[in-house]
Amino acid sequence: MNGWQALFYKEILRFWKVGFQTVAAPVMTAMLYLLIFGHVLEDRVKVYDQITYTAFLLPGLVMMSVLQNAFANSSSSLIQSKMMGNLVFLLLTPLNHWSWFFAYVGSSVVRGLAVGLGVFVVTGWFTPLSFVAPQWIVLFAIMGATMLGSMGVIAGLWAEKFDQMAAFQNFIIMPMTFLSGVFYSIHSLPPFWQTLSHFNPFFYMIDGFRYGFFGVSDVSPWLSLAVVGSCTVLISATALHLLRIGFKIRG
Amino acid sequence: MTAISFEAVSKTFQTPRGPLQALDGVSLKVQEGEFFGLLGPNGAGKTTLISILAGLTRATSGVTQVQGCDVQTQAAQARRLLGVVPQELVFDPFFNVREALRFQSGYFGIRKNDAWIDELLDCLGLSDKANSNMRQLSGGMKRRVLVAQALVHKPPVIVLDEPTAGVDVELRQTLWQFIARLNREGHTVLLTTHYLEEAEALCGRLAMLKQGRVVALARTSELLKAASSNVLRFKLDAQLPPELAQRARVTGRIVQFPAHNAAEIEHYLAAVRQAGLVAEDVEIRKADLEDVFLQVMGEGAQTPSDAVAEVTP
Repeated sequence: MNGWQALFYKEILRFWKVGFQTVAAPVMTAMLYLLIFGHVLEDRVKVYDQITYTAFLLPGLVMMSVLQNAFANSSSSLIQSKMMGNLVFLLLTPLNHWSWFFAYVGSSVVRGLAVGLGVFVVTGWFTPLSFVAPQWIVLFAIMGATMLGSMGVIAGLWAEKFDQMAAFQNFIIMPMTFLSGVFYSIHSLPPFWQTLSHFNPFFYMIDGFRYGFFGVSDVSPWLSLAVVGSCTVLISATALHLLRIGFKIRG
Repeated sequence: MTAISFEAVSKTFQTPRGPLQALDGVSLKVQEGEFFGLLGPNGAGKTTLISILAGLTRATSGVTQVQGCDVQTQAAQARRLLGVVPQELVFDPFFNVREALRFQSGYFGIRKNDAWIDELLDCLGLSDKANSNMRQLSGGMKRRVLVAQALVHKPPVIVLDEPTAGVDVELRQTLWQFIARLNREGHTVLLTTHYLEEAEALCGRLAMLKQGRVVALARTSELLKAASSNVLRFKLDAQLPPELAQRARVTGRIVQFPAHNAAEIEHYLAAVRQAGLVAEDVEIRKADLEDVFLQVMGEGAQTPSDAVAEVTP
């Protein structure tokens, strides 16, 4: 067994052992969003022709859950290990930065997809869904989870206390996910906000993911792929670099 | 062969209050199979030195090697050769003892390690705790798990950073018997401790650090020999006259004078009598490592005396 596999497995077991908190709870939250927003807005908002608001909302909620949980996994694992001091057990091993990266980001992708699948399973029967291009669904889910898992690594290395981590989560991750078009199409926004949304990589993740279901989207899925792909590469490379230099973990 | 080598290792930490030099040109070598002690007061740089050895901290300058592997440029190899028991009582609350040891083995690429894990648990008196969650263990038990975790990959060089700080007598005995056994089997042991009697009993050679510098490096026996060979110890209800107090170590009622021979002892006792004081419970004992330690640490930033100059084993 390679070292990274042991760490990858440990990271999976870590969230699985508290599965109520890490998997069941976010599924529940997403279901409540769907029930409430779906109920209130079903007859008032029409984003695309032929697609009900609940059906429109569902892929967005799935993707939002994937992203938030992928971020939460690596970031909370790292900050907890730093605060508890048990990160030293890893620092003493020959595991290199690639091993750390694959283990932390890999387990984040697994958790993100597990929660996403959970949301999909419990909410899927509320509304009929189509799967026009499933390859886009899988591709955007994996890329998005990788990107947020990497962001979680960066935040986990950077934050020195839980307060800083909460700031990262609530002032960067949350606004970017909520303002990405989970609940609305950006075409319904005033021009200024529409332009601004185009600078949010999360918008392309949600839009590309949604394209996989309905075959319609605000921008071309290829553009979304290009934006999300480059952001994922850039952020992953940053996370890898920080792991290589032992940013804030090796004095 | 050299197991651990520090060559002119310096470390400066950048703090908000300016740079802090934790280590200042530390050079020392530990040979394979040695039981080596690293002593010094708090803040002397012991843990910094060990952190550099373990790759947890980077030295500002100097070269550190484990069995010839540089801890920076050949980090992975060096870490495989090294088993480090950290000073802090840290643990992963998600797992039980066996899981923690299995994962630690896994990080070193060892898949099936249960035979060795069982042996470690047995030797450290942890067998009945194998399936207990780390959170449920007492401090002493957690300390044992730390030792086991450091040894899962059978490292030839073992580093213990104050392993007996705040643990009970029983654990100390179990631990030292086990570490001594590993040392007899050929493992090199580097130990830092505040318990000087432990260092005296276990370590063949010692280094003393003070303000980031090696102020003494010698065989334990040489160090003891070099110190005043005897200590005159008595109890006193009154204050010593200042000229006597300067040369004594006073702890509450207990007064101790380092003395080389009978004449010195007689001189001190006579001086006490002349001052009109009555010495009670008078005894003369052999100087121990604590006396040497205090003597060396009291010498200020002077160069180490010839008596404690380097003696290579």
